[in-house]
Amino acid sequence: MPTLPDATQLCTQLAEIMRPHVTPKTALVGIHTGGVWVAECLHRELAIALPLGVIGVSFHRDDFSQRGLHKGTKASNMPFDVEGAHIVIIDDVLNTGRTIRAAINELFDYGRPARIDLAVLVDRGDRELPIAATWCARTLTFPASQTLALERDASAQLAFRLIEK
Amino acid sequence: MTDVVLAPQPAGNPQLNAHGELQHLITLDGLSREIITAILDTAQPFTEVAEREVKKLPLLRGKSVFNLFFENSTRTRTTFEIAAKRLSADVINLNINTSSAAKGESLLDTVDNLAAMQADMFVVRHGSSGAPHLIAQHLAATGRDYIHIVNAGDGRHAHPTQGLLDMYTIRHYKQDFTRLTVAVVGDLLHSRVARSQIHALLALGVPEVRVIGPSTLLPTGVARMGGNGGKGKLRVFHDMREGLKGVDVVMMLRLQNERMQGALLPSAQEYFKYYGLTPEKLALAKPDAIVMHPGPMNRGIEIDSAVADGAHSVILPQVTFGIAVRMAVMSMLAGN
Amino acid sequence: MKIHISNGRVIDPANQFDRPADVFIARGRIVAVGDAPAGWGHDGANATIDASNCIVCPGLVDLAARLREPGFEYRATLESEMAAAAAGGVTRLACPPDTDPPLDEPGLVEMLRHRARLPGFAHVHPVGALTVQLKGERLTEMAELAEAGCVAFDQANRAIVDTQVLLRAMQYAANFGFAVWLQALDPFLARKGVAHDGEVAARLGLVGIPVVAETIALTTILQLARETGVRLHLRRISSAAGLDMIVAARAAGIAVTCDVTINHLHLCDQDIGYFNPHARLDPPLRAPSDRDALRAGLASGAIDALCSDHTPVDDDAKQTPFDEAEVGATGLELLLPLTLKWASEMNLPLVKALARVTTDPARILGSSCGDGAGTLAVGAPADVCVFDPHASLRVTRENLKSQGKNTPFLGAELKGRVRCTLIEGHLAHDGAFA
Repeated sequence: MPTLPDATQLCTQLAEIMRPHVTPKTALVGIHTGGVWVAECLHRELAIALPLGVIGVSFHRDDFSQRGLHKGTKASNMPFDVEGAHIVIIDDVLNTGRTIRAAINELFDYGRPARIDLAVLVDRGDRELPIAATWCARTLTFPASQTLALERDASAQLAFRLIEK
Repeated sequence: MTDVVLAPQPAGNPQLNAHGELQHLITLDGLSREIITAILDTAQPFTEVAEREVKKLPLLRGKSVFNLFFENSTRTRTTFEIAAKRLSADVINLNINTSSAAKGESLLDTVDNLAAMQADMFVVRHGSSGAPHLIAQHLAATGRDYIHIVNAGDGRHAHPTQGLLDMYTIRHYKQDFTRLTVAVVGDLLHSRVARSQIHALLALGVPEVRVIGPSTLLPTGVARMGGNGGKGKLRVFHDMREGLKGVDVVMMLRLQNERMQGALLPSAQEYFKYYGLTPEKLALAKPDAIVMHPGPMNRGIEIDSAVADGAHSVILPQVTFGIAVRMAVMSMLAGN
Repeated sequence: MKIHISNGRVIDPANQFDRPADVFIARGRIVAVGDAPAGWGHDGANATIDASNCIVCPGLVDLAARLREPGFEYRATLESEMAAAAAGGVTRLACPPDTDPPLDEPGLVEMLRHRARLPGFAHVHPVGALTVQLKGERLTEMAELAEAGCVAFDQANRAIVDTQVLLRAMQYAANFGFAVWLQALDPFLARKGVAHDGEVAARLGLVGIPVVAETIALTTILQLARETGVRLHLRRISSAAGLDMIVAARAAGIAVTCDVTINHLHLCDQDIGYFNPHARLDPPLRAPSDRDALRAGLASGAIDALCSDHTPVDDDAKQTPFDEAEVGATGLELLLPLTLKWASEMNLPLVKALARVTTDPARILGSSCGDGAGTLAVGAPADVCVFDPHASLRVTRENLKSQGKNTPFLGAELKGRVRCTLIEGHLAHDGAFA
């Protein structure tokens, strides 16, 4: 079993990768729930001026007809004008790409951004859609039977965990 | 008509599927606190959709929602239509009292015909109590219970989405149901709204629900009507001033025109004097009490304009929340 | 034709008879119970019915069974309902006048009697309309109707609103010694009502019919009965308060009998469940306390008879919302099993319980239906029901012979299955080897 990377370190690494590209017009949007934790960390480290946005993808999920509405459907919140903005979508793990597709759809319900980038802590591959991260802190591979999940404890420490499906 | 028979009555709550999830929304009677709370929680993110540039979600894309209105109600039909359209469903409106019912087609014939048009959901308004139950049983008996039913008001029985949006409104302003005293005022006898409200309030743990109205407009045995097994009690008041003392929420009911004179009530004027909500009577409630009304209002009959348009009124937010609640209900049913 | 019913337990409530015995039948009449009669002959019977493990009792007498003729042949026919009666062990029934047209003319009554006079058909006793068209305005030709075969006069479920007409009707019937049968229901208090005015109706949003709709009407009817001295029978009592009034009236010397239906004996408003249209009945199913009072009243004899109130309704008229559903339930085939269910739940001896569906209703029908109704006495018509009290009957659409499949008991499993029914010695139903 591979040792899992330290999530906090990855956050710092990702911030450093992104730093040259950040402008005063850059807005961060975290995807519920893990992506929001990462986004909060990046928002701090990069001293982003615009308030942090959060995005829930329940309304645009493509497995609604099979799985129905997810319990604990989370609302999106865009505390800045999406129209013409430079938006970086933040997630913890990039896998099939379906969540990102839903997040982009959701974003467009608020307006037409000038540019959208994607930043993730881990890209574990196995894409099912033509989607790629603009910035990624680490690339790892796992058997399909395992889910890589980001967790946050009571002291706000982030950690990865592998879960057998 | 499909050759089916009236099956023996099913056991258990006919609106839940084998997994205990909502298959139909027919009544709030018998729904647990957990299910009602889940609907309210789900409605929360939908309220925010109305503020987006694009007020449309793809959840019901490709689904056909039939608004089956056997009783005219432009307002209720419109709220369901907006909710379904914001979920990207195709909406077909049918006002049946003007078409097939007049030609003698039976309710179930109509249902069979529409089901054959690949309906995914029926939103049903009917003048007879229990009509949605009948349709649900019929669809189940003919193996078509993948078609979901939303009761948009049946006779005097139930109006569950109205009850839910009222609960949403109360939660929005008052948060905790378990510390509230709620008054339901007016014509409870003929009110499907009141029945749904009472079941939901008790299920959500409201310790005291007061029903206020003249004896002629209260059903026999109203005090024992709450059936969700909640611990709350139902208290009956005929004196509105007495009943409003210290309440947190005042839920007014509409008085239908045809009840305003005759053997139920002598006149609209006398009703307003004793049971109309005026600023002076509202002053008996808590200072931060909210006032609700399911609409359409009869100003000067059950409610004074000064109250309807006053600082305590949350009547317009009710309408806004109503769309979100109906979107939530439709999405939950379609996904179950 | 000589028939020997052997090895059964014979229960004849009219004679307080309950023990193992054989029954001998010749030329359509009972000729002996116990030992074979003298001259039974060496050749013995033409047919022997082995009633081992079965009860042999008089054929049931039902005070209210709608055959739907004339006028409602799409709901049921004489043939289908006679088969249902025989399958239910019912050998004699009174037929209410709410046909279309109502039984208000001798010709209609004669026609019905004539159609029903076939071997193997139950004895049919029409109850004539008390007023023309049941409108509560003009009296019918009661004497003519009685000659045509009416055993009593009835207003069905249409009350006579004009109390003067009701007084005159009772006076006129009393004049000839005819019985008047009435259902006590105030039409104003019952207006638009579809269910008992109580918790269940309040919860389901159904328009209620209060108990006072029964008691107010009872007050009027009982006062007029006292005034006129008419032979009064009150049909389909539904409430404890109504029953109390009848008991008090009897104590005050008013000649009055009453009956209850199998549905009201076993069910209450809670059985409406989720708007079950089969529970849409007239009078409405009342509170559990009312049902319990009716059960006790039937046991004590305060209520004289139990009837099926058989009302076949077609599916189209029941597959509607509750308040639009046609009232009534099919019942001929359920009368016996529901009598047994009540008896067993109330711990009653069978000889007492069966009296309520044999000799007691026969007494209410009176002498005009002939001697020996509802008993196995020697000389009585050989109307016999042989049933297995332990065999069960599942109430399903397929198992019901009646054309009406409408009953709140659909799906129930009930004890008591008729093995065979004899009507004047004819084998009307043979389920022995089925």
